Amino acid sequence: MSMQKMEAVYVYEAPLRLWHWVNALSITVLALTGYFIASPLPTQPGEASANFLMGYIRFAHFTAAYVFAIGFAARIYWAFAGNHHARQLFLLPVFNPQWWREVWFESRWYLFLEREPRKYVGHNPLAQLFMFVFVTWGSIFMIFTGFALYAEGEGRDGWHDNLFGWVIPLFGQSQDVHSWHHLGMWWILSFVIIHIYVAIREDIMSRQSIVSTMISGYRMFKDERK
Amino acid sequence: MSGIETFYDVMRRQGISRRSFLKFCSLTAAALGLEPAYAGKIAQAMETRPRTPVLWLHGLECTCCSESFIRSAHPLAKDVVLSMISLDYDDTIMTAAGHQAEAILDEITTKYKGNYILAVEGNPPLNQDGMSCIIGGKPFVEQLKRVAKDCKAIISWGSCASWGCVQAARPNPTQATPVHKVILDKPIIKVPGCPPIAEVMTAVITYMLTFDRIPELDRQGRPKMFYGQRIHDKCYRRPHFDAGQFVEEWDDEGARKGYCLYKVGCKGPTTYNACSTTRWNGGVSFPIQSGHGCIGCSEDGFWDKGSFYDRLTTVRPFGIEGNADQIGGTVAGVVGAAAAAHAAVSAIKRARHRNEEKSEEK
Repeated sequence: MSMQKMEAVYVYEAPLRLWHWVNALSITVLALTGYFIASPLPTQPGEASANFLMGYIRFAHFTAAYVFAIGFAARIYWAFAGNHHARQLFLLPVFNPQWWREVWFESRWYLFLEREPRKYVGHNPLAQLFMFVFVTWGSIFMIFTGFALYAEGEGRDGWHDNLFGWVIPLFGQSQDVHSWHHLGMWWILSFVIIHIYVAIREDIMSRQSIVSTMISGYRMFKDERK
Repeated sequence: MSGIETFYDVMRRQGISRRSFLKFCSLTAAALGLEPAYAGKIAQAMETRPRTPVLWLHGLECTCCSESFIRSAHPLAKDVVLSMISLDYDDTIMTAAGHQAEAILDEITTKYKGNYILAVEGNPPLNQDGMSCIIGGKPFVEQLKRVAKDCKAIISWGSCASWGCVQAARPNPTQATPVHKVILDKPIIKVPGCPPIAEVMTAVITYMLTFDRIPELDRQGRPKMFYGQRIHDKCYRRPHFDAGQFVEEWDDEGARKGYCLYKVGCKGPTTYNACSTTRWNGGVSFPIQSGHGCIGCSEDGFWDKGSFYDRLTTVRPFGIEGNADQIGGTVAGVVGAAAAAHAAVSAIKRARHRNEEKSEEK
């Protein structure tokens, strides 16, 4: 497109972009180490005293989990402190019929029923809906179940147990929480697949910048039409 | 009955010297993990307190709890039964039978109203009007409710009374129901396990009689002192877990070397019990020590969590059995395939769109 007209809007502020990439990294570490905690690597040779593989894997998991959880808390803070785009992950305009029409329109665009997508400064409504369901609630779910499991190792009467111990009886018993936490990983990984695919696709096929926006913070539009 | 005997009276009557009595008190204090000063308190309590009657009811169960209980080594079950509690009703080990036995229930519930302990082994089935478990010609649930009405506290022995266990496993045709879902207005101490460890059972009773209060319980109603940690936390094979050394097959080198049983389905990491500390049969061994993983028998619904030899629980979302990896992996695979297909269609559409634009430009 030779007649690209760039009109940049500053959408994602620096703390939000930082959170996005720290979050992406921590999810990668969490999914990988988490998988190997559930299905450990082949047995290590030598004496037990000379090995600490599961220990290191679990340490990485717990460290990444703290980064993830603290990052999420900071992200909630930024929903208050940041610009109005920063609130999109937490508030859905569910009572706005226009928003639902836009969700429908975007769905049609993804079903190849619309010829041209619309322009959005922030997330498009369908993306917002998906992120709310997968990322916001997915993160909350993983943080609560994850810390409940961590509390088991930390022992009763610690702050982990006081804050998150109630999750275990809610699901039944420890093993149920393990299973749900494991399913949560696949839930988030499914989102990651969709997210990366759609981000690249939109970057090519939509009328605005997507991938570079999460790096520079600026949304750029490829045409001047409405 | 003005002269209700104290524990001490009974012990003396049985020819136990004061010296032996004090030794017993010290040992009990040590067994409960209390400081030495408590030996005196225990002695004092046993000298002054009347023996508390215990009524031990049996619902749907296999008597493995009783079998375990009578093998207690510290304290010996005979000490508990003969010296410490007044086990007035326990239909499997009592002499009386029939009407005589049932008469004891009436006598104790009226004479010691609000002052006796009810121990329940097994649970009541509620379907078919409770007809799947009949005691003395009536459904067990009626006996349970009648005796529970005036008791001081209830001890739920074993996984049956605590959670439901095998008779409550899917599809639970008799609707076997754990005690705490039938009796709602009494303090209930759950002592789960299939069976519970003998020493844990006797220690819970000893604690309750000595201090005249129920032990500190966790969120699920189990005594913290025995169910506060997982098998995994105190397992002697834990170093092999941290090192990443596992038994992969039952006949491999790892099994011979006593590596961690995690990969062959050990439920130690999700099971709260004292097996790895107290062990069984007077401290001789416990499942993991004998080379088999923990099956999680003291956890809620352990029969319905899939194989004993898998770590991942069987989940039944819509009748199809699968575990978290199968379900999640399938979902992720489908999503991935869908994304790829969508990408292909997008590329074709875009190419076609381009061609149209080009022909328009011309």
